[in-house]
Amino acid sequence: MSAQLPAQSPPPLLTLEGVHTHIGAYHILHGVDLLVPRGELTMLLGRNGAGKTTTLRTIMGLWQASQGRIAFDGQDITKRPTPQIAHAGIAYVPENMGIFSDLTVRENMLLAARAARHIEDIDTKRLDWIFGLFPALKKFWLHPAGLLSGGQKQMLAVARAIVEPRALLLVDEPSKGLAPSIIQNMISAFKELKGTNTTILLVEQNFNFARQLGDSVAVMDDGRIVHSGAMAELAENEDLQQKLLGLSLAAHQ
Amino acid sequence: MSTTAATPASAVSADDSLPKTRIDKLPLLLLPALALLALPLVGSFPTWVTLTVAGLAMGMIIFIIASGLTLIFGLMDILNFGHGVFIALGAFLATAVLGTMADWTASENLLINLLAVLPAMLVAMGVAGAVGYAFERLIIRPVYGQHLKQILITMGGMIVGEELIKVIWGPGQIPLPLPGGFRGAILIGEAAVEKYRLIAVVTGLTVFAAMFWVLARTKLGLLIRAGVQDREMVESLGYRIERLFVGVFVAGSALAGLGGVMWGLYQQNVVPQMGAQVNVLIFIVIIIGGLGSTGGCFIGALLVGLLANYTGFLAPKVALFSNIGLMVLILLWRPQGLYPVAKR
Repeated sequence: MSAQLPAQSPPPLLTLEGVHTHIGAYHILHGVDLLVPRGELTMLLGRNGAGKTTTLRTIMGLWQASQGRIAFDGQDITKRPTPQIAHAGIAYVPENMGIFSDLTVRENMLLAARAARHIEDIDTKRLDWIFGLFPALKKFWLHPAGLLSGGQKQMLAVARAIVEPRALLLVDEPSKGLAPSIIQNMISAFKELKGTNTTILLVEQNFNFARQLGDSVAVMDDGRIVHSGAMAELAENEDLQQKLLGLSLAAHQ
Repeated sequence: MSTTAATPASAVSADDSLPKTRIDKLPLLLLPALALLALPLVGSFPTWVTLTVAGLAMGMIIFIIASGLTLIFGLMDILNFGHGVFIALGAFLATAVLGTMADWTASENLLINLLAVLPAMLVAMGVAGAVGYAFERLIIRPVYGQHLKQILITMGGMIVGEELIKVIWGPGQIPLPLPGGFRGAILIGEAAVEKYRLIAVVTGLTVFAAMFWVLARTKLGLLIRAGVQDREMVESLGYRIERLFVGVFVAGSALAGLGGVMWGLYQQNVVPQMGAQVNVLIFIVIIIGGLGSTGGCFIGALLVGLLANYTGFLAPKVALFSNIGLMVLILLWRPQGLYPVAKR
Protein backbone atom coordinates (compact mmCIF):
# COMPACT_ATOMS: atom_id res chain seq x y z
CA MET A 1 0.00 0.00 0.00
CA SER A 2 2.89 2.33 0.67
CA ALA A 3 4.26 1.93 -2.84
CA GLN A 4 1.90 4.64 -4.12
CA LEU A 5 3.09 7.31 -1.73
CA PRO A 6 5.34 10.12 -2.92
CA ALA A 7 9.02 9.48 -2.86
CA GLN A 8 9.82 11.09 0.51
CA SER A 9 10.99 8.68 3.14
CA PRO A 10 8.89 5.49 3.16
CA PRO A 11 6.54 5.09 6.13
CA PRO A 12 8.04 3.18 9.04
CA LEU A 13 7.41 -0.55 9.13
CA LEU A 14 6.54 -0.55 12.79
CA THR A 15 5.06 2.26 14.86
CA LEU A 16 4.37 2.37 18.57
CA GLU A 17 2.26 5.27 19.83
CA GLY A 18 1.91 5.91 23.54
CA VAL A 19 2.13 2.25 24.48
CA HIS A 20 1.56 1.41 28.13
CA THR A 21 2.06 -2.09 29.51
CA HIS A 22 1.26 -3.44 32.95
CA ILE A 23 2.59 -6.73 34.25
CA GLY A 24 0.48 -7.71 37.20
CA ALA A 25 0.51 -4.75 39.55
CA TYR A 26 3.56 -3.16 37.93
CA HIS A 27 3.35 -0.40 35.37
CA ILE A 28 6.35 -1.11 33.11
CA LEU A 29 5.89 0.90 29.91
CA HIS A 30 4.81 4.50 30.41
CA GLY A 31 3.89 5.56 26.91
CA VAL A 32 6.46 4.27 24.43
CA ASP A 33 6.65 6.07 21.08
CA LEU A 34 8.90 4.25 18.67
CA LEU A 35 9.39 4.24 14.90
CA VAL A 36 11.20 1.39 13.19
CA PRO A 37 12.17 2.52 9.67
CA ARG A 38 11.73 0.05 6.85
CA GLY A 39 14.83 -1.83 5.74
CA GLU A 40 16.99 -0.55 8.59
CA LEU A 41 18.46 -2.02 11.72
CA THR A 42 17.18 -0.14 14.72
CA MET A 43 18.95 -0.55 18.02
CA LEU A 44 16.95 -0.32 21.23
CA LEU A 45 19.34 0.53 24.05
CA GLY A 46 18.96 1.29 27.71
CA ARG A 47 19.97 0.15 31.14
CA ASN A 48 18.60 -2.95 32.87
CA GLY A 49 14.94 -2.72 33.70
CA ALA A 50 14.30 0.18 31.33
CA GLY A 51 11.57 -1.80 29.55
CA LYS A 52 13.34 -3.01 26.40
CA THR A 53 12.30 -6.65 26.72
CA THR A 54 8.80 -5.59 27.73
CA THR A 55 8.61 -3.46 24.58
CA LEU A 56 9.51 -6.43 22.37
CA ARG A 57 7.10 -8.73 24.20
CA THR A 58 4.33 -6.16 23.89
CA ILE A 59 4.93 -5.85 20.13
CA MET A 60 4.78 -9.64 19.90
CA GLY A 61 1.51 -9.74 21.84
CA LEU A 62 3.00 -11.83 24.63
CA TRP A 63 1.97 -9.04 26.96
CA GLN A 64 -1.02 -6.91 26.17
CA ALA A 65 -0.65 -3.15 25.89
CA SER A 66 -3.11 -1.53 28.25
CA GLN A 67 -3.08 1.73 26.26
CA GLY A 68 -1.70 3.02 22.99
CA ARG A 69 -1.42 1.62 19.51
CA ILE A 70 1.02 -0.66 17.69
CA ALA A 71 0.91 -0.61 13.89
CA PHE A 72 2.84 -2.98 11.67
CA ASP A 73 2.95 -2.33 7.95
CA GLY A 74 -0.14 -0.17 8.19
CA GLN A 75 -2.22 -2.67 10.19
CA ASP A 76 -3.17 -2.26 13.82
CA ILE A 77 -1.78 -5.29 15.67
CA THR A 78 -2.24 -4.01 19.23
CA LYS A 79 -4.94 -6.45 20.23
CA ARG A 80 -3.99 -9.37 18.02
CA PRO A 81 -2.98 -12.72 19.51
CA THR A 82 0.68 -13.70 19.20
CA PRO A 83 0.31 -16.32 16.42
CA GLN A 84 -1.46 -13.78 14.21
CA ILE A 85 1.28 -11.24 14.80
CA ALA A 86 3.82 -13.87 13.78
CA HIS A 87 1.80 -14.57 10.64
CA ALA A 88 1.81 -10.88 9.77
CA GLY A 89 5.55 -11.31 9.24
CA ILE A 90 7.28 -10.69 12.56
CA ALA A 91 9.84 -13.15 13.93
CA TYR A 92 10.95 -13.02 17.53
CA VAL A 93 14.17 -14.16 19.20
CA PRO A 94 13.53 -13.93 22.94
CA GLU A 95 16.15 -13.20 25.55
CA ASN A 96 16.19 -16.85 26.68
CA MET A 97 16.41 -17.86 23.01
CA GLY A 98 13.35 -20.12 23.29
CA ILE A 99 15.20 -23.17 21.97
CA PHE A 100 13.30 -26.46 22.14
CA SER A 101 16.08 -28.38 23.81
CA ASP A 102 14.57 -31.87 23.44
CA LEU A 103 14.20 -31.41 19.69
CA THR A 104 17.08 -31.62 17.27
CA VAL A 105 18.48 -28.60 15.47
CA ARG A 106 16.73 -29.85 12.36
CA GLU A 107 13.39 -30.16 14.12
CA ASN A 108 13.75 -26.69 15.60
CA MET A 109 14.28 -25.30 12.11
CA LEU A 110 11.39 -27.27 10.68
CA LEU A 111 9.01 -25.83 13.27
CA ALA A 112 10.19 -22.32 12.52
CA ALA A 113 9.47 -22.85 8.81
CA ARG A 114 5.70 -22.60 9.00
CA ALA A 115 5.11 -23.35 5.33
CA ALA A 116 7.16 -26.57 5.38
CA ARG A 117 5.64 -29.91 6.32
CA HIS A 118 8.96 -31.70 5.88
CA ILE A 119 12.50 -30.49 5.98
CA GLU A 120 12.73 -31.02 2.21
CA ASP A 121 10.12 -28.29 1.74
CA ILE A 122 12.50 -25.65 3.03
CA ASP A 123 14.19 -23.70 0.27
CA THR A 124 17.61 -25.37 -0.02
CA LYS A 125 19.30 -22.22 -1.18
CA ARG A 126 18.10 -20.35 1.85
CA LEU A 127 19.14 -23.22 4.12
CA ASP A 128 22.60 -23.23 2.56
CA TRP A 129 22.81 -19.48 3.06
CA ILE A 130 21.94 -19.97 6.77
CA PHE A 131 24.53 -22.75 7.04
CA GLY A 132 27.00 -20.28 5.55
CA LEU A 133 26.18 -17.78 8.28
CA PHE A 134 26.22 -20.36 11.07
CA PRO A 135 28.26 -23.43 10.06
CA ALA A 136 27.81 -25.02 13.51
CA LEU A 137 24.15 -25.64 12.72
CA LYS A 138 25.02 -27.87 9.81
CA LYS A 139 27.52 -29.74 11.93
CA PHE A 140 25.05 -30.43 14.73
CA TRP A 141 21.99 -30.76 12.47
CA LEU A 142 20.74 -34.01 14.03
CA HIS A 143 21.75 -33.26 17.62
CA PRO A 144 19.33 -32.25 20.34
CA ALA A 145 19.44 -28.48 20.52
CA GLY A 146 19.84 -28.69 24.28
CA LEU A 147 23.39 -29.98 23.81
CA LEU A 148 24.52 -26.89 21.90
CA SER A 149 26.72 -24.28 23.56
CA GLY A 150 25.27 -20.89 24.45
CA GLY A 151 26.60 -19.28 21.30
CA GLN A 152 25.33 -22.08 19.09
CA LYS A 153 21.90 -21.85 20.71
CA GLN A 154 21.84 -18.14 19.94
CA MET A 155 22.79 -18.93 16.33
CA LEU A 156 19.96 -21.44 16.14
CA ALA A 157 17.54 -18.92 17.61
CA VAL A 158 18.47 -16.37 14.95
CA ALA A 159 18.50 -19.01 12.21
CA ARG A 160 14.98 -20.05 13.19
CA ALA A 161 13.81 -16.47 12.85
CA ILE A 162 15.19 -16.19 9.32
CA VAL A 163 14.47 -19.69 7.96
CA GLU A 164 11.65 -18.13 5.98
CA PRO A 165 11.73 -14.52 4.84
CA ARG A 166 10.09 -12.27 7.44
CA ALA A 167 9.47 -8.56 7.22
CA LEU A 168 10.63 -7.74 10.74
CA LEU A 169 12.92 -9.45 13.22
CA LEU A 170 12.73 -8.66 16.92
CA VAL A 171 15.93 -9.81 18.59
CA ASP A 172 16.48 -9.56 22.33
CA GLU A 173 20.12 -9.25 23.42
CA PRO A 174 21.83 -11.62 21.01
CA SER A 175 25.23 -10.91 22.56
CA LYS A 176 24.18 -11.84 26.09
CA GLY A 177 26.64 -14.20 27.75
CA LEU A 178 28.63 -14.85 24.59
CA ALA A 179 32.41 -14.87 24.17
CA PRO A 180 33.87 -11.90 22.25
CA SER A 181 34.83 -14.00 19.22
CA ILE A 182 31.30 -15.35 18.97
CA ILE A 183 29.87 -11.86 19.33
CA GLN A 184 31.99 -10.83 16.35
CA ASN A 185 30.58 -13.82 14.49
CA MET A 186 27.05 -12.64 15.32
CA ILE A 187 27.85 -9.14 14.15
CA SER A 188 28.97 -10.39 10.74
CA ALA A 189 25.83 -12.51 10.46
CA PHE A 190 23.61 -9.53 11.20
CA LYS A 191 25.59 -7.41 8.75
CA GLU A 192 24.84 -9.94 6.06
CA LEU A 193 21.19 -10.05 7.10
CA LYS A 194 20.97 -6.28 6.71
CA GLY A 195 21.71 -6.77 3.05
CA THR A 196 18.55 -8.83 2.56
CA ASN A 197 15.81 -6.24 2.89
CA THR A 198 14.96 -7.40 6.42
CA THR A 199 14.00 -4.81 8.99
CA ILE A 200 15.45 -5.55 12.40
CA LEU A 201 14.72 -4.21 15.86
CA LEU A 202 17.53 -5.29 18.15
CA VAL A 203 17.75 -4.87 21.91
CA GLU A 204 21.31 -4.59 23.20
CA GLN A 205 23.35 -3.77 26.26
CA ASN A 206 26.67 -4.08 24.46
CA PHE A 207 27.38 -0.64 23.00
CA ASN A 208 30.17 -1.89 20.77
CA PHE A 209 27.76 -4.36 19.19
CA ALA A 210 25.21 -1.60 18.72
CA ARG A 211 27.73 0.82 17.23
CA GLN A 212 28.81 -1.64 14.57
CA LEU A 213 25.32 -2.61 13.45
CA GLY A 214 22.78 0.10 14.12
CA ASP A 215 21.38 2.44 11.49
CA SER A 216 19.10 4.22 13.88
CA VAL A 217 18.85 4.04 17.62
CA ALA A 218 16.30 4.52 20.36
CA VAL A 219 17.27 4.73 24.00
CA MET A 220 14.84 3.76 26.73
CA ASP A 221 14.70 4.69 30.35
CA ASP A 222 12.00 4.05 32.89
CA GLY A 223 9.50 2.77 30.38
CA ARG A 224 9.85 5.60 27.87
CA ILE A 225 11.93 6.38 24.82
CA VAL A 226 14.26 9.17 25.93
CA HIS A 227 16.27 9.59 22.75
CA SER A 228 16.00 8.56 19.14
CA GLY A 229 18.08 9.35 16.12
CA ALA A 230 20.84 8.00 13.91
CA MET A 231 23.21 5.46 15.46
CA ALA A 232 26.23 7.22 13.95
CA GLU A 233 25.25 10.44 15.72
CA LEU A 234 25.10 8.75 19.12
CA ALA A 235 28.28 6.81 18.44
CA GLU A 236 30.20 10.07 17.88
CA ASN A 237 28.71 12.05 20.71
CA GLU A 238 30.30 10.86 23.91
CA ASP A 239 28.49 13.38 26.06
CA LEU A 240 25.19 12.06 24.82
CA GLN A 241 26.28 8.48 25.46
CA GLN A 242 27.30 9.46 28.95
CA LYS A 243 24.01 11.19 29.51
CA LEU A 244 21.80 8.42 28.12
CA LEU A 245 23.65 5.26 28.96
CA GLY A 246 26.53 5.98 31.31
CA LEU A 247 24.68 7.63 34.12
CA SER A 248 21.10 6.56 34.13
CA LEU A 249 20.34 9.28 36.70
CA ALA A 250 21.07 11.88 34.08
CA ALA A 251 18.00 10.94 32.12
CA HIS A 252 15.74 11.91 35.00
CA GLN A 253 17.02 15.43 35.39
CA MET B 1 18.44 -32.76 31.16
CA SER B 2 19.25 -36.19 32.38
CA THR B 3 20.65 -37.45 29.12
CA THR B 4 24.30 -38.06 29.64
CA ALA B 5 25.12 -38.23 25.97
CA ALA B 6 28.55 -37.07 24.96
CA THR B 7 29.03 -33.40 24.24
CA PRO B 8 28.52 -32.49 20.58
CA ALA B 9 32.14 -31.53 20.07
CA SER B 10 33.46 -34.95 21.02
CA ALA B 11 30.69 -36.87 19.30
CA VAL B 12 31.26 -35.28 15.92
CA SER B 13 34.27 -36.18 13.89
CA ALA B 14 33.44 -34.76 10.51
CA ASP B 15 30.65 -32.77 8.91
CA ASP B 16 29.58 -35.53 6.59
CA SER B 17 29.22 -38.23 9.22
CA LEU B 18 26.52 -36.83 11.43
CA PRO B 19 25.83 -39.01 14.44
CA LYS B 20 22.25 -39.52 15.52
CA THR B 21 20.88 -38.58 18.90
CA ARG B 22 21.56 -41.07 21.62
CA ILE B 23 18.76 -42.67 23.55
CA ASP B 24 18.93 -43.05 27.29
CA LYS B 25 18.72 -46.84 27.46
CA LEU B 26 18.91 -47.39 31.21
CA PRO B 27 15.16 -47.29 31.90
CA LEU B 28 14.61 -49.69 28.98
CA LEU B 29 16.83 -52.23 30.70
CA LEU B 30 14.60 -52.18 33.77
CA LEU B 31 12.00 -54.33 31.99
CA PRO B 32 14.20 -57.35 31.19
CA ALA B 33 15.95 -56.88 34.54
CA LEU B 34 12.67 -57.13 36.41
CA ALA B 35 11.55 -60.13 34.34
CA LEU B 36 14.84 -61.97 34.87
CA LEU B 37 14.83 -61.19 38.56
CA ALA B 38 11.38 -62.72 38.85
CA LEU B 39 12.34 -65.94 37.02
CA PRO B 40 14.22 -67.68 39.86
CA LEU B 41 11.67 -66.43 42.39
CA VAL B 42 8.73 -67.83 40.44
CA GLY B 43 10.62 -71.05 39.91
CA SER B 44 8.66 -72.69 37.12
CA PHE B 45 9.40 -71.46 33.61
CA PRO B 46 5.89 -71.98 32.14
CA THR B 47 4.33 -70.12 35.07
CA TRP B 48 6.83 -67.32 34.54
CA VAL B 49 5.88 -67.05 30.87
CA THR B 50 2.20 -66.91 31.78
CA LEU B 51 2.81 -64.23 34.40
CA THR B 52 5.08 -62.21 32.13
CA VAL B 53 2.60 -62.17 29.27
CA ALA B 54 -0.19 -61.33 31.72
CA GLY B 55 1.91 -58.52 33.15
CA LEU B 56 2.78 -57.12 29.75
CA ALA B 57 -0.88 -57.25 28.71
CA MET B 58 -1.97 -55.45 31.85
CA GLY B 59 0.81 -52.93 31.31
CA MET B 60 -0.27 -52.30 27.73
CA ILE B 61 -3.84 -51.61 28.81
CA ILE B 62 -2.61 -49.29 31.55
CA PHE B 63 -0.45 -47.56 28.97
CA ILE B 64 -3.40 -46.94 26.68
CA ILE B 65 -5.31 -45.40 29.56
CA ALA B 66 -2.41 -43.35 30.92
CA SER B 67 -0.92 -42.16 27.62
CA GLY B 68 -3.63 -39.57 27.11
CA LEU B 69 -3.12 -38.24 30.61
CA THR B 70 0.62 -37.84 30.22
CA LEU B 71 0.14 -35.89 26.99
CA ILE B 72 -2.48 -33.68 28.59
CA PHE B 73 -0.28 -33.03 31.59
CA GLY B 74 2.91 -32.63 29.61
CA LEU B 75 1.59 -30.28 26.98
CA MET B 76 -1.14 -28.41 28.76
CA ASP B 77 0.23 -28.59 32.30
CA ILE B 78 -3.20 -29.67 33.47
CA LEU B 79 -3.72 -32.01 36.36
CA ASN B 80 -6.80 -33.74 35.04
CA PHE B 81 -8.16 -35.84 37.86
CA GLY B 82 -11.24 -36.33 35.72
CA HIS B 83 -9.36 -38.58 33.29
CA GLY B 84 -10.79 -41.65 34.99
CA VAL B 85 -14.33 -40.75 34.05
CA PHE B 86 -13.48 -41.08 30.35
CA ILE B 87 -12.18 -44.56 31.06
CA ALA B 88 -15.43 -45.50 32.79
CA LEU B 89 -17.39 -43.91 29.95
CA GLY B 90 -15.49 -46.01 27.41
CA ALA B 91 -16.14 -49.18 29.34
CA PHE B 92 -19.87 -48.48 29.70
CA LEU B 93 -20.17 -47.63 26.04
CA ALA B 94 -18.57 -50.99 25.32
CA THR B 95 -21.28 -52.76 27.32
CA ALA B 96 -23.91 -50.84 25.38
CA VAL B 97 -22.45 -51.48 21.94
CA LEU B 98 -21.51 -55.10 22.54
CA GLY B 99 -24.90 -55.69 24.17
CA THR B 100 -26.61 -54.91 20.89
CA MET B 101 -24.39 -57.36 19.04
CA ALA B 102 -24.87 -60.40 21.23
CA ASP B 103 -24.88 -62.76 18.25
CA TRP B 104 -21.52 -61.56 17.08
CA THR B 105 -19.88 -61.60 20.48
CA ALA B 106 -21.22 -65.07 21.26
CA SER B 107 -19.64 -66.46 18.13
CA GLU B 108 -16.41 -68.40 18.49
CA ASN B 109 -15.11 -66.86 15.29
CA LEU B 110 -12.38 -64.34 16.10
CA LEU B 111 -13.06 -62.29 12.97
CA ILE B 112 -16.74 -61.85 13.77
CA ASN B 113 -15.81 -60.96 17.37
CA LEU B 114 -13.47 -58.30 16.10
CA LEU B 115 -16.25 -56.91 13.92
CA ALA B 116 -18.18 -56.39 17.14
CA VAL B 117 -15.32 -55.10 19.28
CA LEU B 118 -13.91 -52.66 16.74
CA PRO B 119 -17.15 -50.63 16.48
CA ALA B 120 -17.33 -50.65 20.27
CA MET B 121 -13.82 -49.20 20.39
CA LEU B 122 -14.62 -46.60 17.75
CA VAL B 123 -17.83 -45.54 19.49
CA ALA B 124 -16.01 -45.36 22.83
CA MET B 125 -13.23 -43.24 21.33
CA GLY B 126 -15.63 -41.00 19.45
CA VAL B 127 -17.96 -40.33 22.36
CA ALA B 128 -15.14 -39.97 24.90
CA GLY B 129 -13.40 -37.55 22.54
CA ALA B 130 -16.56 -35.50 22.07
CA VAL B 131 -17.24 -35.40 25.81
CA GLY B 132 -13.57 -34.48 26.28
CA TYR B 133 -14.07 -31.52 23.96
CA ALA B 134 -16.97 -30.27 26.07
CA PHE B 135 -15.05 -31.00 29.29
CA GLU B 136 -12.11 -28.89 28.09
CA ARG B 137 -14.36 -26.01 27.08
CA LEU B 138 -16.56 -25.91 30.17
CA ILE B 139 -14.38 -27.18 32.98
CA ILE B 140 -10.68 -26.88 32.11
CA ARG B 141 -10.54 -23.63 30.13
CA PRO B 142 -11.40 -21.33 33.05
CA VAL B 143 -8.60 -22.76 35.21
CA TYR B 144 -5.56 -22.82 32.91
CA GLY B 145 -2.39 -22.34 34.92
CA GLN B 146 -4.04 -22.83 38.33
CA HIS B 147 -3.14 -26.26 39.62
CA LEU B 148 -5.12 -26.24 42.83
CA LYS B 149 -8.30 -25.18 41.09
CA GLN B 150 -7.66 -27.77 38.38
CA ILE B 151 -7.49 -30.55 40.94
CA LEU B 152 -10.67 -29.40 42.65
CA ILE B 153 -12.71 -28.80 39.53
CA THR B 154 -11.62 -31.90 37.63
CA MET B 155 -12.33 -34.01 40.71
CA GLY B 156 -15.74 -32.39 40.76
CA GLY B 157 -16.12 -33.11 37.07
CA MET B 158 -15.33 -36.74 37.71
CA ILE B 159 -17.93 -37.04 40.48
CA VAL B 160 -20.55 -35.45 38.24
CA GLY B 161 -19.53 -37.75 35.38
CA GLU B 162 -19.75 -40.80 37.60
CA GLU B 163 -23.24 -39.82 38.72
CA LEU B 164 -24.29 -39.23 35.11
CA ILE B 165 -23.10 -42.75 34.27
CA LYS B 166 -25.28 -44.02 37.13
CA VAL B 167 -28.22 -42.06 35.71
CA ILE B 168 -27.80 -43.68 32.30
CA TRP B 169 -26.63 -47.20 33.15
CA GLY B 170 -27.70 -47.57 36.79
CA PRO B 171 -25.50 -47.85 39.87
CA GLY B 172 -24.82 -51.57 39.71
CA GLN B 173 -22.12 -53.69 38.23
CA ILE B 174 -22.63 -54.64 34.56
CA PRO B 175 -20.94 -57.75 33.21
CA LEU B 176 -18.81 -57.31 30.11
CA PRO B 177 -18.04 -60.84 29.00
CA LEU B 178 -15.22 -61.46 26.59
CA PRO B 179 -16.39 -62.38 23.10
CA GLY B 180 -16.26 -66.11 22.41
CA GLY B 181 -13.15 -66.08 20.29
CA PHE B 182 -11.20 -64.00 22.84
CA ARG B 183 -11.72 -66.55 25.60
CA GLY B 184 -9.48 -69.38 26.58
CA ALA B 185 -5.78 -69.78 26.36
CA ILE B 186 -3.26 -71.06 23.91
CA LEU B 187 -0.42 -73.26 25.00
CA ILE B 188 3.09 -72.19 24.14
CA GLY B 189 5.12 -75.18 25.24
CA GLU B 190 3.74 -75.75 28.69
CA ALA B 191 2.87 -72.14 29.32
CA ALA B 192 -0.75 -71.14 29.05
CA VAL B 193 -1.25 -67.68 27.57
CA GLU B 194 -4.71 -66.18 27.56
CA LYS B 195 -5.78 -65.07 24.10
CA TYR B 196 -7.19 -61.77 25.26
CA ARG B 197 -3.83 -60.86 26.75
CA LEU B 198 -2.20 -61.33 23.38
CA ILE B 199 -4.85 -59.11 21.84
CA ALA B 200 -4.17 -56.52 24.52
CA VAL B 201 -0.44 -56.63 23.80
CA VAL B 202 -1.03 -56.15 20.08
CA THR B 203 -3.45 -53.27 20.67
CA GLY B 204 -1.11 -51.59 23.14
CA LEU B 205 1.85 -51.90 20.79
CA THR B 206 -0.24 -50.45 17.97
CA VAL B 207 -1.25 -47.45 20.06
CA PHE B 208 2.33 -46.94 21.20
CA ALA B 209 3.70 -47.20 17.67
CA ALA B 210 1.08 -44.78 16.36
CA MET B 211 1.76 -42.26 19.11
CA PHE B 212 5.48 -42.62 18.68
CA TRP B 213 5.21 -42.11 14.96
CA VAL B 214 3.04 -39.03 15.31
CA LEU B 215 5.29 -37.50 17.96
CA ALA B 216 8.59 -38.29 16.27
CA ARG B 217 7.83 -38.07 12.59
CA THR B 218 5.10 -35.55 12.00
CA LYS B 219 5.09 -31.81 12.35
CA LEU B 220 2.08 -32.06 14.61
CA GLY B 221 4.12 -34.25 16.93
CA LEU B 222 7.00 -31.80 16.86
CA LEU B 223 4.60 -29.04 17.81
CA ILE B 224 3.27 -31.06 20.73
CA ARG B 225 6.78 -31.82 21.97
CA ALA B 226 7.83 -28.21 21.51
CA GLY B 227 4.70 -27.04 23.29
CA VAL B 228 5.54 -29.24 26.26
CA GLN B 229 8.80 -27.30 26.61
CA ASP B 230 7.98 -23.72 25.69
CA ARG B 231 4.43 -22.74 24.92
CA GLU B 232 5.19 -19.08 24.42
CA MET B 233 7.83 -19.78 21.78
CA VAL B 234 5.46 -22.06 19.86
CA GLU B 235 3.01 -19.16 19.72
CA SER B 236 5.75 -16.74 18.73
CA LEU B 237 6.56 -19.00 15.80
CA GLY B 238 2.99 -18.49 14.64
CA TYR B 239 1.14 -21.60 15.81
CA ARG B 240 -2.13 -21.37 17.70
CA ILE B 241 -1.42 -23.38 20.78
CA GLU B 242 -4.97 -23.39 22.12
CA ARG B 243 -6.03 -25.40 19.08
CA LEU B 244 -3.24 -27.84 19.81
CA PHE B 245 -4.44 -28.00 23.42
CA VAL B 246 -7.99 -28.86 22.42
CA GLY B 247 -6.75 -31.45 19.94
CA VAL B 248 -4.52 -33.12 22.50
CA PHE B 249 -7.26 -33.10 25.11
CA VAL B 250 -9.72 -34.69 22.70
CA ALA B 251 -7.15 -37.28 21.63
CA GLY B 252 -6.24 -38.00 25.25
CA SER B 253 -9.89 -38.47 26.17
CA ALA B 254 -10.44 -40.73 23.16
CA LEU B 255 -7.46 -42.86 24.22
CA ALA B 256 -8.97 -43.08 27.70
CA GLY B 257 -12.20 -44.29 26.08
CA LEU B 258 -10.30 -46.95 24.16
CA GLY B 259 -8.45 -47.93 27.31
CA GLY B 260 -11.80 -48.18 29.09
CA VAL B 261 -13.03 -50.76 26.57
CA MET B 262 -9.83 -52.77 27.01
CA TRP B 263 -9.87 -52.48 30.80
CA GLY B 264 -13.56 -53.42 30.99
CA LEU B 265 -12.99 -56.52 28.87
CA TYR B 266 -9.95 -57.33 31.00
CA GLN B 267 -11.97 -57.12 34.24
CA GLN B 268 -15.02 -58.62 32.48
CA ASN B 269 -17.32 -56.27 34.33
CA VAL B 270 -17.76 -52.55 34.78
CA VAL B 271 -18.81 -50.40 37.74
CA PRO B 272 -19.41 -46.64 37.74
CA GLN B 273 -16.58 -46.23 40.27
CA MET B 274 -13.98 -47.80 37.99
CA GLY B 275 -12.73 -44.40 36.85
CA ALA B 276 -11.79 -43.38 40.36
CA GLN B 277 -10.18 -46.78 40.97
CA VAL B 278 -7.98 -46.58 37.90
CA ASN B 279 -7.13 -42.92 38.47
CA VAL B 280 -4.61 -43.63 41.23
CA LEU B 281 -2.92 -46.27 39.11
CA ILE B 282 -2.49 -44.04 36.07
CA PHE B 283 -1.15 -41.16 38.11
CA ILE B 284 1.44 -43.55 39.57
CA VAL B 285 2.36 -44.62 36.05
CA ILE B 286 2.83 -41.14 34.63
CA ILE B 287 4.82 -40.06 37.69
CA ILE B 288 7.11 -43.08 37.26
CA GLY B 289 7.52 -42.32 33.57
CA GLY B 290 8.31 -38.64 34.02
CA LEU B 291 5.33 -36.32 33.65
CA GLY B 292 4.75 -35.62 29.97
CA SER B 293 6.96 -38.37 28.57
CA THR B 294 5.29 -40.92 26.30
CA GLY B 295 8.18 -43.37 26.32
CA GLY B 296 8.45 -43.10 30.09
CA CYS B 297 4.74 -43.71 30.43
CA PHE B 298 5.05 -46.83 28.30
CA ILE B 299 7.88 -48.30 30.35
CA GLY B 300 6.25 -47.24 33.60
CA ALA B 301 3.00 -48.95 32.64
CA LEU B 302 4.76 -52.18 31.70
CA LEU B 303 6.78 -52.15 34.94
CA VAL B 304 3.61 -51.69 36.96
CA GLY B 305 1.85 -54.47 35.04
CA LEU B 306 4.72 -56.94 35.40
CA LEU B 307 5.30 -56.21 39.05
CA ALA B 308 1.61 -56.51 39.87
CA ASN B 309 1.49 -59.98 38.32
CA TYR B 310 4.74 -61.26 39.81
CA THR B 311 3.96 -60.05 43.31
CA GLY B 312 0.36 -61.20 42.94
CA PHE B 313 1.72 -64.70 42.44
CA LEU B 314 4.60 -64.60 44.90
CA ALA B 315 3.17 -62.58 47.76
CA PRO B 316 -0.42 -61.48 47.20
CA LYS B 317 -0.42 -59.14 50.19
CA VAL B 318 2.62 -57.27 48.89
CA ALA B 319 0.88 -56.83 45.54
CA LEU B 320 -1.34 -54.19 47.12
CA PHE B 321 1.69 -51.98 47.68
CA SER B 322 3.76 -52.96 44.68
CA ASN B 323 2.80 -49.90 42.59
CA ILE B 324 3.55 -47.40 45.33
CA GLY B 325 6.76 -49.25 46.23
CA LEU B 326 7.88 -49.15 42.62
CA MET B 327 7.14 -45.45 42.38
CA VAL B 328 9.13 -44.76 45.55
CA LEU B 329 12.14 -46.72 44.26
CA ILE B 330 12.07 -45.05 40.85
CA LEU B 331 11.75 -41.59 42.35
CA LEU B 332 14.64 -42.25 44.70
CA TRP B 333 16.71 -43.09 41.63
CA ARG B 334 15.34 -40.40 39.32
CA PRO B 335 13.31 -37.82 41.21
CA GLN B 336 11.77 -36.50 37.98
CA GLY B 337 10.70 -39.94 36.75
CA LEU B 338 12.35 -42.24 34.21
CA TYR B 339 12.45 -39.74 31.37
CA PRO B 340 12.25 -36.22 32.72
CA VAL B 341 10.81 -33.74 30.24
CA ALA B 342 12.73 -30.50 29.98
CA LYS B 343 10.54 -27.65 31.11
CA ARG B 344 10.93 -24.01 30.26
